[in-house]
Amino acid sequence: MPVFRKVFNFYYEGFRNMTVGKTLWIIIFIKLFIFFIILKLFFFHDFLGSKFKSDKDKSDYVIEQLLTKPK
Amino acid sequence: MDVSLVDWSRAQFALTAIYHWLFVPLTLGLSFIIAFMESIYVKTGDEEWKKITKFWMTLFGVNFAIGVATGIILEFEFGTNWSNYSWFVGDIFGAPLAVEGIMAFFMESTFIAVMFFGWNKVSKKFHLVSTWLVAAGANLSALWILVANAWMQYPTGMHFNPETARNEMLNFWEVLFSPVAINKFLHTVTSGFVLSSVFVVGISAWYLLRKRNQMLAKRSMLIASVFGFVMSLFLILTGDGSARLLARHQPLKFAAMENLYEGQSNAPLVAVGILKNDNTEPKKKDFLMKLEIPGVLSFMAFQNFDAYVPGIRDLVHGNPEQGIISVNEKIAKGKLAIEALKEYKEAGKTGDTAKADSASAVLNSNFKYFGYGYLEKPQDAIPPIGPAFYSFRIMVALGMWFVLLFILTVFFVFFRKPEKIKWYLYLSVLSIPLAYLASETGWLVAEFGRQPWVIQDLMPASAAVSRLTTGSVQTTFILFAVTFTLLLIADIKIMSKQIKIGPKDGGEK
Repeated sequence: MPVFRKVFNFYYEGFRNMTVGKTLWIIIFIKLFIFFIILKLFFFHDFLGSKFKSDKDKSDYVIEQLLTKPK
Repeated sequence: MDVSLVDWSRAQFALTAIYHWLFVPLTLGLSFIIAFMESIYVKTGDEEWKKITKFWMTLFGVNFAIGVATGIILEFEFGTNWSNYSWFVGDIFGAPLAVEGIMAFFMESTFIAVMFFGWNKVSKKFHLVSTWLVAAGANLSALWILVANAWMQYPTGMHFNPETARNEMLNFWEVLFSPVAINKFLHTVTSGFVLSSVFVVGISAWYLLRKRNQMLAKRSMLIASVFGFVMSLFLILTGDGSARLLARHQPLKFAAMENLYEGQSNAPLVAVGILKNDNTEPKKKDFLMKLEIPGVLSFMAFQNFDAYVPGIRDLVHGNPEQGIISVNEKIAKGKLAIEALKEYKEAGKTGDTAKADSASAVLNSNFKYFGYGYLEKPQDAIPPIGPAFYSFRIMVALGMWFVLLFILTVFFVFFRKPEKIKWYLYLSVLSIPLAYLASETGWLVAEFGRQPWVIQDLMPASAAVSRLTTGSVQTTFILFAVTFTLLLIADIKIMSKQIKIGPKDGGEK
């Protein structure tokens, strides 16, 4: 698989030879961890998805919201 | 202080969008500037251009890495804080955002690797093509997001399904090529090009002040100022297009931007003005002082100096002579639409098809005023005038300054020794934060101006938010404020360090 090996080596050497890039990758991973593990998991649940299983239930809920909000 | 759930949700979304937008415009514009520089390198074979390209590429990489995925938070917020809205628009947003995801992933992430890792591994031409594709990919990614935003300002190409309470896309091309979407895309990415050009000119000026890397600085200034000047002209052109579209599709935003209370023919543009409160009517503002240019507002709106531009009073209270219906009438139509939706659902439960058909007909004929049914009083339709008015003027004034800056830069680089003109160099450096300010105020005009709507005329923010506790939104607001501020500090620190280090191998012959 010379093509795959070439592609792998391309990325491998690229990452190995990084200087400022290493710091950036660390920041990217910390950031993604905060976003996807901490924020998404603990603070940003899917509001409708967590309350209702089916699309019908979700649409019924939203319609109820739309109908009850007007003053 | 009693701040409502709606206001905190708004504040949270605004904070996230403002921070996200601090990273995006530099990516959009710097990618093209780098592509120009590398094109010159490939064409001339001059190694100095390669060093220059690689230097700016490093700064591009820092900004890209810190900024990447900050926009994903906005999508989290859609699902958590704005669930009614997300459900209501679901199908419309799905397609553009999916295309954006695929495009961003395949184009940017593939070719950005070649751009950074491929200097000595692929041919010069292939590397150059990759650099151009990164620029094109970044800007095309922006297209899909801006199409989604434009749809919120000018909903089109869809049909509301009362069965599911969702808007369903009828015509993808109508959504993609709506005049508001095209203009918004061109105006927004062009503003990113101008910001990036100011950034390059400013950093280059800093090198000249420090008396180092002078060749890099002058060459970079030349590319950035020519690009920035041409793009500034295009920015003015698309800004002019925005004004005409606003006057037609979001007239209250247009009137609020100008604080035009009484409509008039030969309406003047307020070049400079200071607002003061006017307690004769809710939300009304008066001028403490103003400097006007006669007829220009009419021309901006309708390309006719004598055209009638409706003011806030016409739009709120109606003006039968001009064929403008009042917000009260719109509220009545909106309530009819909401009531028809209720009847439609009830008819569905009892199986009364005749009643369902009749309700559906009433809903369809009044749907374009659906959101007005949620307003309590006519003045609720007026956006915050102060922020819209001042943001617009700051944006335009700074835009004009950047045109002058680019002209000065071209002139000094060609005919003078810019390294000796200290005032110009200091002003160039100072212009970097001003470019960000202009860019952000552009967003503030667009987003303050469209209040109270999340979807123009169809859904106000009050109907769009999820019923969460205010405390939970406050918590995430603080979390974001801390996280994004840390990211911004990291961005500025790493970038400043790279700027101080300068180009590898000295950057000078």
